[in-house]
Amino acid sequence: MTTDLTHGPMERAFRASRAAGRKLLVPYITGGYPGWQDALRAAVAAGADAIEIGIPFSDPVMDGPVIQQASQHALESGATPVSILHEARGLDVQVPLAVMLYYNTVHHAGHERFAAQLRDAGIVAAIVPDLPLEEAGPWCAAADAAGVETVMLAAPTAPDSRLPLIAARARGFLYSVGLLGVTGERSSLAGTATALAARLKAVTDVPVLVGVGVSNAEQAAEAVKVADGVVQGASVVRRLIEHGPDAVGEYVASVRAAIDA
Amino acid sequence: MSLMAEPSASGRFGEFGGRFVPETLVPACMELEAAFTEAWADPTFRAELDHVLHTYAGRPSVLTQCHNLGQQLGIRLLLKREDLNHTGSHKINNVLGQALLAKRMGKRRLVAETGAGQHGVASATAAALLGMECKVYMGAVDVERQALNVFRMKLLGSEVEAVHSGSRTLKDAVNEAMRDWVATVETSHYCLGSVMGPHPYPWMVREFHRVLGDEAREQCIGLTGDVPDVAVACVGGGSNAIGLFSGLVDHRTRLVGVEPAGGAAVARAQPGVVHGMRSYLMQDEYGQVLEAHSISAGLDYPGVGPEHSHLASIGRAEYPNVTDAEVVEAFQLLSRSEGIIPALEPAHALAWIVRAAPDLRGQTVLMNLSGRGDKDVAQMMDVLKL
Ligand SMILES: Cc1ncc(COP(=O)(O)O)c(C=O)c1O
Repeated sequence: MTTDLTHGPMERAFRASRAAGRKLLVPYITGGYPGWQDALRAAVAAGADAIEIGIPFSDPVMDGPVIQQASQHALESGATPVSILHEARGLDVQVPLAVMLYYNTVHHAGHERFAAQLRDAGIVAAIVPDLPLEEAGPWCAAADAAGVETVMLAAPTAPDSRLPLIAARARGFLYSVGLLGVTGERSSLAGTATALAARLKAVTDVPVLVGVGVSNAEQAAEAVKVADGVVQGASVVRRLIEHGPDAVGEYVASVRAAIDA
Repeated sequence: MSLMAEPSASGRFGEFGGRFVPETLVPACMELEAAFTEAWADPTFRAELDHVLHTYAGRPSVLTQCHNLGQQLGIRLLLKREDLNHTGSHKINNVLGQALLAKRMGKRRLVAETGAGQHGVASATAAALLGMECKVYMGAVDVERQALNVFRMKLLGSEVEAVHSGSRTLKDAVNEAMRDWVATVETSHYCLGSVMGPHPYPWMVREFHRVLGDEAREQCIGLTGDVPDVAVACVGGGSNAIGLFSGLVDHRTRLVGVEPAGGAAVARAQPGVVHGMRSYLMQDEYGQVLEAHSISAGLDYPGVGPEHSHLASIGRAEYPNVTDAEVVEAFQLLSRSEGIIPALEPAHALAWIVRAAPDLRGQTVLMNLSGRGDKDVAQMMDVLKL
C-alpha cells in the first residue's frame, strides 16, 4: 500500500475507507453543550468515521431550531471557542475531528491565529458555512499553511459550471447540502439530496458527504446509495438534548448498521 | 469619480461589504446583482419606478424650514420630509424598487425583516399593490412595542411572524428572514430593509434611496442658494442616511450619521462579519455578536451598513451617538416647536443637532426626517405619562 501524502489526515482516512467499501458517517455535536464530550466519545465508539464539533455562534443563520437551541444553551453555559478547543484537545479519540463554525469566529481571531489554534487542539478540518468560494481565499490560505483541511459546501442551487470550482477548493470532503433550507429533521430525504450528490460525484473524486436534512437511519442509507457518506446534525443533537450522551451512541450505532447493510 | 461610486466586483466599499452568505444563496445574490444592474440601466424600469414613486408614494417629499426651532437653536434647520411619504417613512423608496425588480425577475413572494415595522409595512404595501405574497419577520420585543405596525401589516394582507431567538429584535429578525430565504430562494425575493446584507444589497438599496438625497440637495439649493453646511440622519442599518449622503457626498457638506448609544457600531470601530457583510459590528472578545439596546426599534441593531463603515474609515462622514434620554427630549421638542411628531429613529438625528447646536451657529443644517411618529405614540405614552 502506498502512503497518500497529497491529502490531509481526514481526506486520507476518508479515501482509504471509501476504497475499502465503507460508507462514511460524520455526526455533528454542539461543542460546549453539557455532556458533549461524552456524546462525542459514544459516537466514535458506535462507529463514527469523524466528528464535526459545532462551535456555537450568536447568529447561526444556517441552523434550524434544534441546533440553535443547543448553541444558545452552550453559550449561556459559558462556552467559548477557546474553551471548546481546550476541551477537544483532551478528547483522545482515534478519528479525525472537524469544527463547524461561522466565519466571524475566525475573522475575529484572525486567520493565521485561528488556524494555529485548531492545529494545536488537534482539529484537522474546518467547515465554515457562511464563507462561500468567492470569500474563502484568505482563510483557505491560512488553513492550508497550518495543515487544516477546509471543507467546502455545494448547494442544490448551484449551476453545473460552479460545482467543479467548489470541488477544486475542497479539502477533507465535499459537503453536499441535502436540501434548500437550514439544519433540522425532515420526514423524508429530499430529492435534491441524491441529485446533488450525483452531480458532484460526476465532477470530483473528493469524498462527497450529504448533510442538512439527513434525519434518520433510513434516510442515511438512502443517501449513501449515491454519496460516499452522510453528516447528521439535528437528529444527533436532539437526542443529546432530550436523552443525553448514551442516546447519541445508540442512535449513531443504528445509523452505522443501516449504512453498512 | 464620486466618493460613493459603485462597489468593487466583490461588492466592497474599501475594506467593507462582500458576500458572506451560505452557498445556497450565492447564485441568488449573483442573479439579483445581474438583474439589478440590467434594470437600473433600463429606462423602462426607471420610468416605471419613477411613476409609482410619484403617483403612489407621493414623491417628491417636501423640504420644510423649521423657523421656530431653528431660531431657538441658532441655526437654519431644514427637514427632508420622508415622514410624508405613503406608509410614513423613507422605507417605501427601497421597497417599491425591490418589489418591481422581484416581479421583473419572476418572483411571486417577498420575505422581509423589520425592526420598527416601517420596512415591514412598506413591504406589505408593495406586495398588496403588485399582487405578491409577503411574509415579515419581526423580533418578539418589537412586535410588542410597535403593535400598531403589526396590525397594519396584517391588514395589508401580509403574514407576520414573531421571532423569539436571541435578543428578539431586528438582528434576530434578519437571521430568521435569511433562514426563510435559504429554503424558498427559488420562488422568493428577500426584500432587505436597509443598506446592509450581502452584495448587491448595500449598493442596490442605496441607489433606490438616492432619490431623496438628490431631491434634498436641489431643494436646499433652491431655498438657500447653496448645499447645506451639515447633513444629518439617524443610522440603524443606514439606508435613510445613505440616501441623504449620496446626494451630498461630492459637495462640501459635512455628513453626520447618528447612532443610538446602545447600538453604536461605528464608535467601537471593530470590523466583523454577520448578515452577509463585513462591517463595523458590536461583538465580544470571541466574535459573538452583542445585543444592541435602544428605545427605538428601528435602530436597535449591533451593526451598520458597510458603506458607512467605509465613509467613517476614510473620514468622510462622522458617526456620533446619542442617549435614549436625549432622544425622548428631541421627540417632544419637535412636536411642540414645529407641530411635527417624529419617529423615534429620526429623533436621534435631532438629538445630535440639539447637542451640537452651539457649534453650528448660523449654519444650514439639513436633517432627514425619515419617518413619522404615529407608530411610537403608544410606547411614548408609557414613557412620558403626559
Ligand atoms: C423612520 C425610520 N427611520 C430610520 C430607520 C432605520 O433604518 P435605516 O438606518 O436603514 O434608515 C427606520 C427603521 O425601521 C425607520 O423606521
